[in-house]
Amino acid sequence: MADQIKLTIWRYTPDKGEEYRPQTFTIPYQKDWSILDALNHIKAEVDGSLSYRWSCRMAICGSCGMMVNGTPRLTCSTYLNEFYPNEVTLEPLANFPIIKDLVVDLTDFMDKLRSVKPWIIRENKKDDEDTSKEYLQTPTQMESYYQQSLCINCTLCYAACPAYGLHSDFLGPAAIALTYRYNNDSRDQGREDRRKVVAAENGVWKCPVVGDCTEVCPKHVDPSAAIQRTKVNSAVSWFFSALKGGKRE
Amino acid sequence: MDVLSHDILIVGGGGAGLRAGIAIAHAYPSLKTAVISKVYPMRSHTVAAEGGCAAVIKDNDNHDLHAFDTIKGSDFLADQDAVEAFVRDASKEVIQIERWGCPWNREEDGHIAVRWFGGMSQKRTLHAADKTGFHLLHALFQTSLKYDNLKRYDEWFVAGLLVDDGKVGGVLALNIRQGTFHILAAKAVILCTGGVGKIYAFTSNAGIKTGDGAALAYRSGAPIKDMEFIQFHPSGLLKNGILITEASRGEGGYLFNKEGKRFMEQYAPSKMELAPRDIVSRSIMEEILAGRGLEGPYGSFVHLDLRHLGEAKIMEKLPMVRELCIDFAGMDPVYEPIPIRPTMHYTMGGVHTDKDGKTPLAGLYAAGEGACVSIHGANRLGSNSLAEILVFGARAGKTAAEYVRQAKACASERLQSLAKEKMDFIQKRYIRTESGTERVGAILSDLRKTMDEKVGIYRREEGLREGVEAIQRLKERFNRIRLTQQSRIFNTELVGAMEMDNMLEVAHVVALGALNRKESRGGHARKDYPSRDDAQFLHHSLAYQTPDGPRMEKLPVTITKWQPEERKY
Repeated sequence: MADQIKLTIWRYTPDKGEEYRPQTFTIPYQKDWSILDALNHIKAEVDGSLSYRWSCRMAICGSCGMMVNGTPRLTCSTYLNEFYPNEVTLEPLANFPIIKDLVVDLTDFMDKLRSVKPWIIRENKKDDEDTSKEYLQTPTQMESYYQQSLCINCTLCYAACPAYGLHSDFLGPAAIALTYRYNNDSRDQGREDRRKVVAAENGVWKCPVVGDCTEVCPKHVDPSAAIQRTKVNSAVSWFFSALKGGKRE
Repeated sequence: MDVLSHDILIVGGGGAGLRAGIAIAHAYPSLKTAVISKVYPMRSHTVAAEGGCAAVIKDNDNHDLHAFDTIKGSDFLADQDAVEAFVRDASKEVIQIERWGCPWNREEDGHIAVRWFGGMSQKRTLHAADKTGFHLLHALFQTSLKYDNLKRYDEWFVAGLLVDDGKVGGVLALNIRQGTFHILAAKAVILCTGGVGKIYAFTSNAGIKTGDGAALAYRSGAPIKDMEFIQFHPSGLLKNGILITEASRGEGGYLFNKEGKRFMEQYAPSKMELAPRDIVSRSIMEEILAGRGLEGPYGSFVHLDLRHLGEAKIMEKLPMVRELCIDFAGMDPVYEPIPIRPTMHYTMGGVHTDKDGKTPLAGLYAAGEGACVSIHGANRLGSNSLAEILVFGARAGKTAAEYVRQAKACASERLQSLAKEKMDFIQKRYIRTESGTERVGAILSDLRKTMDEKVGIYRREEGLREGVEAIQRLKERFNRIRLTQQSRIFNTELVGAMEMDNMLEVAHVVALGALNRKESRGGHARKDYPSRDDAQFLHHSLAYQTPDGPRMEKLPVTITKWQPEERKY
């Protein structure tokens, strides 16, 4: 008999009144299959009712994050051979409400993303309509934010973040990294606008500096470093605004 | 049924859809505009584009050169008036997206950098490392967030257009999360749903590329155009065809056969590895067919060698290529050549539009890969598609906005009755399937095998005939599907069945179009008709849906100042 591997998948079907429950599938073991390949096999051949998200299968769209044996991972680039002959347990991403099976509710994350104003802000609003020439930006200037521009919004960092697990009000790693990305872009003039959000009660100061976000990030965005640097910047910026007679918000 | 009203609905939240949305939200703020997408917009397949975006931005370049390269690349099937408009607008659009934060690579002095790309006579491909589509999509998505007047329906699937008296009145859509159907009324609908890559097994395309827009238009009586032209990208990574960017060759990578020979010198001596994609892909296939390919557990392949570029350049210009090779092929291109073979990559055809994004159906517009203007003709040049989604997304948005200012909304009772009709059909076809026996997964896997084998890079009369017949049998089987999910919540089995229906409809036109076109042009290569035949086939193919299958018509190509000539590199 061909080699087999066990996948235990946590299922949840709210409109059928079912409890959150594990279901074990025993499937052929292919050493070059990703976990996503295994899920697609189950969906097509075994149980069409299983729900999960996926799209690009090349670790760039950010759809297929799940808890794989307790750790948030992209399932398209996590392989069965890392676990075989042991079994694999799949759960929906931690810290998010579950919609169905492995699909979680991202509404809160999407709202947070928007709350940090992740777009180029200019004092002169007409600036972005001038398409006659580009803003100049040297490679060195670009380097100061480029790493944080690589976030694919997979939300693995939220699933790993103990602070977000405890306080869902916490702005969270990806959104703060994105703030850092725009604040440090030489084309942007919106740092003050964003400070109200990141320096607020649920902003950077809620981060306990555990660093799990950086550890699980598949794109090496290093949200933890972005958060710590933002703390320094907002403290300095508050200090100077206080010196100039500004008021503390 | 619930009716949600809008002026304009954009179906699809990739590059074209978001660009259209921003164009409208910015210049026509009073219009009620929404983007409806079956995935969160930043998941759209624009995200996977790698190498770059073409536009004339340097003093040593000009629009006529870009236009001619595009037209020659298209094997003279592109409409030249559309190409001229495209290259002009592209120069502005790439600066516009720069001003919205896209991190284009720069020269030392801060100006935007450009790189070589296949079939281009100048360096004119702007790029953000080799994650250009990713950066472009996220810049568009994040910029779109600043417009309060641009509503979004994330994870909603459009199940049908509602057309009254020859005019679009809205769509019937499934809220995937809730499992409920709704009427979304709109005076204009812009289809920005991408291509149909999923009908092939070996493809660089994402799982969401199911030709939804083409199928929606086609079922509503609007024609789809030039569907037989499928682009095979030379460098699909073994085992499953994900993309290794053409920028690998633009930055100096070589192709080698098993004898260690740079075989492109035989096929395109002046351009070598930077010939257009159709030519490089066929050259690779010729090497493999002649026994000069390498063999492995995932079939035949050739080598793409980047080792001589060195780690520093690979990390600066091609970091994603390295990531992909390590994550998906278990090898590092800094030290080993990459195993590649041609992979289905792009749908040149799509919903028939003019150069302003307008279709023949009143109130219906389309842009991006899912549309066919046509600027790519029989073969798209690499890096023209990211420029296309910006240019034609913006143009379609503007055209639709002008249209709705004088268009009337469809009466609500009429929408209700149209939606009820569609709903009854959906119930019967996709939901009440207890008596069925066929699994959608099996039909999909058979379709993909058929397309790879019968409608691939090289095509022949007999194989194409078999392909068309096989698709007709798959359509029969689809009439007897059985779905097993009882829950309405996030029912991806139901969405998958509707997508499968779309793919079958579009694949049928791809195969039939290929059968009818008895010549070789661009990406369409007939072994039995190896030459281009301008006397008989210098025309677009339009397909209309009828109960007996596609009805094909011809449409002349617009030629302004470049007469067709032999295409040699």
